[in-house]
Amino acid sequence: MSIFLNKDSKIIVQGITGGEGTKHTALMLKAGSNIVGGVNARRAGETVEHVDADGNDVSLNVYGTVKEAMAETGANVSVMFVPPKFAKDAAMEAIEAEIELLVIITEGIPVQDTAEFFAASQANVDADGKPKTRIIGPNCPGIITPDVSLAGITPATITGTGPIGLVSKSGTLTYQMMYELSDIGISTAIGIGGDPIIGTTHIDALEAFEKDPETKAIIMIGEIGGDAEEQAAAYIKDNVTKPVVGYIAGFTAPEGKTMGHAGAIVSGSSGTAAAKQEALEAVGVQVGQTPTEAAEKMRNIMESL
Amino acid sequence: MDLYEYQARDLFEAHGVPVLAGIVAETPEEAKAAAEKLGGVTVVKAQVKVGGRGLAGGVKVAKNADEAFEYAKDILGMDIKGHTVHQVMIAEGADIKEEYYFSILLDRANRSYLAMASVEGGMDIEQLAEERPEDLARVEVSPITGLNREVADKIVAEAKFAEDLRDKVAEVLVKLGEVFVKEDATLVEVNPLVLTGDGNLIALDGKVTVDDNAGFRQPGHAELVDERTENPLEAKAEAKGLNYVKLDGNVGIIGNGAGLVMSTLDVVAYAGENHGGASPANFLDIGGGADAQIMADGLDVILGDPDVNSVFVNVFGGITACDEVASGIVKALEILGDSATKPLVVRLDGNKVEEGRAILADANHPLVTLAATMDEGADKAAELANK
Repeated sequence: MSIFLNKDSKIIVQGITGGEGTKHTALMLKAGSNIVGGVNARRAGETVEHVDADGNDVSLNVYGTVKEAMAETGANVSVMFVPPKFAKDAAMEAIEAEIELLVIITEGIPVQDTAEFFAASQANVDADGKPKTRIIGPNCPGIITPDVSLAGITPATITGTGPIGLVSKSGTLTYQMMYELSDIGISTAIGIGGDPIIGTTHIDALEAFEKDPETKAIIMIGEIGGDAEEQAAAYIKDNVTKPVVGYIAGFTAPEGKTMGHAGAIVSGSSGTAAAKQEALEAVGVQVGQTPTEAAEKMRNIMESL
Repeated sequence: MDLYEYQARDLFEAHGVPVLAGIVAETPEEAKAAAEKLGGVTVVKAQVKVGGRGLAGGVKVAKNADEAFEYAKDILGMDIKGHTVHQVMIAEGADIKEEYYFSILLDRANRSYLAMASVEGGMDIEQLAEERPEDLARVEVSPITGLNREVADKIVAEAKFAEDLRDKVAEVLVKLGEVFVKEDATLVEVNPLVLTGDGNLIALDGKVTVDDNAGFRQPGHAELVDERTENPLEAKAEAKGLNYVKLDGNVGIIGNGAGLVMSTLDVVAYAGENHGGASPANFLDIGGGADAQIMADGLDVILGDPDVNSVFVNVFGGITACDEVASGIVKALEILGDSATKPLVVRLDGNKVEEGRAILADANHPLVTLAATMDEGADKAAELANK
């Protein structure tokens, strides 16, 4: 089992003909993902040639719209590699087509664009009031269920499947932590992105991992800026029974300097790593000072389970 | 990017928000000329991107142009919380009857926009929010509709503006909402928004932060960058498209991915506790898929920093291939030749790690040490920085 992405996921790639789209379509296929087509309005009707995990040739259709691609292929997941300028329109299109999962890899989208398409995604709900489209990202590595499916750019060879659920704002820290825990293995690793507004949050991932029978423990990686980790701590207190280990990047970051991610900035007393650590520890989350230490704490927990 | 008050004033004016005349001056002579042009009482205001300038003596009321000259002379060059004053704005004096507060900002927690307003402006708004939250109206603004008249009416009602003022205030708020959306801002704040003796509303002091990601559709924003306040190393890195932030320490840091680099800063600082307080000299993220040239550019910036005693290269190859990183290090050291004198500790893992390590082993450069793990590399780099 896994969260959000499984063996039945049928994936299309928005921007499948671009440089990044081409490269990562190949890597996703190699990782075993069921890629069923792509979208580019200007290249509709063409096909792109790839090779799947078993070495067989795959010819993928390029469709003019997400709606058309979904109708023709039954796709329920889209991975977006569209430049920032066109990202809002591409996201809106996917949301209007009611794709179940939209993974936005694109970095550098103006935050007002994200605010707008996120609001649109929240407005289109099913009978239970749940948004029809879940967004992961933007500015994220996407999601991987090792040995099963990859929707994004996470290297598929770092670790195999296992009992630990991983959620992180940062891409390379996700990889680092998967590597540190490769002796145990990962159920699903989800990179939620470092932008000020993101679709899927730590809390969404925690909720899903709590429900996932294959996930026995959860590792949560945060970073300075915002209060998502504090909110996650409050959520864990009331809702999560599985052990959680935390790691926060940016303890030594100075105030007022944006550390790479648009959302990673300490302003005044808010958004500091120390405040996040304190909030997490207060609800019983063990927090490592370094990725290695966090992995060590997780290893100890797994041994005691 | 945070804007200066005068830049915010100019944006307000361009979008029809009522403001007073204001002229920027960089010398006392210019300040005097500006005051003469405006006539009467003027206010000399330090232009710094930090709060509390009034308390620091950075705002003075000048009765005439000669006084404006004297105050400008005092204020220019002043240090306000670590920010040097390079410019003052000479502003028209205002006949203030009442002071209000208004802001619209990106609300990260609710993934939406938030407008805040109060009829008690002029004071520290964080203090007001804490002491009397009931006097600060908070109204969500949908990113889909923006701050339209309906939302503005709701804000003025919740902030309990006097009935006869509500229309007038709402009109100004709609225009400030336009500034927010049309300029791709993440913050537009007016404190105070004043009511003058003759019943006009004026945005007397404004703070605007614009989204750097929106540069592609906001060509005018590039002109708002003040190169004087940019660190020369940061400017050099920016010219090469590198994501670099100068810090105070002595260990140069290069890594891939913002999260991993932030984490590396921490690990080096912890290691420094055992090595005479060595700490990171910078943040430098070479990004995903970096090639040899980007690595070489990054090293060039870092080795050009006189504060740096040692360098820690920490790369986990995801998209980035470790052989490219290793080639970049070798190439940079070749180009720099004898001018490269600082030791490099390199930790590589992930994509093409064996190839990368082999390239560095073959080059066998006397300045380069390979580390097996992130913690080991940080410790070694901190030790070398302290020598």
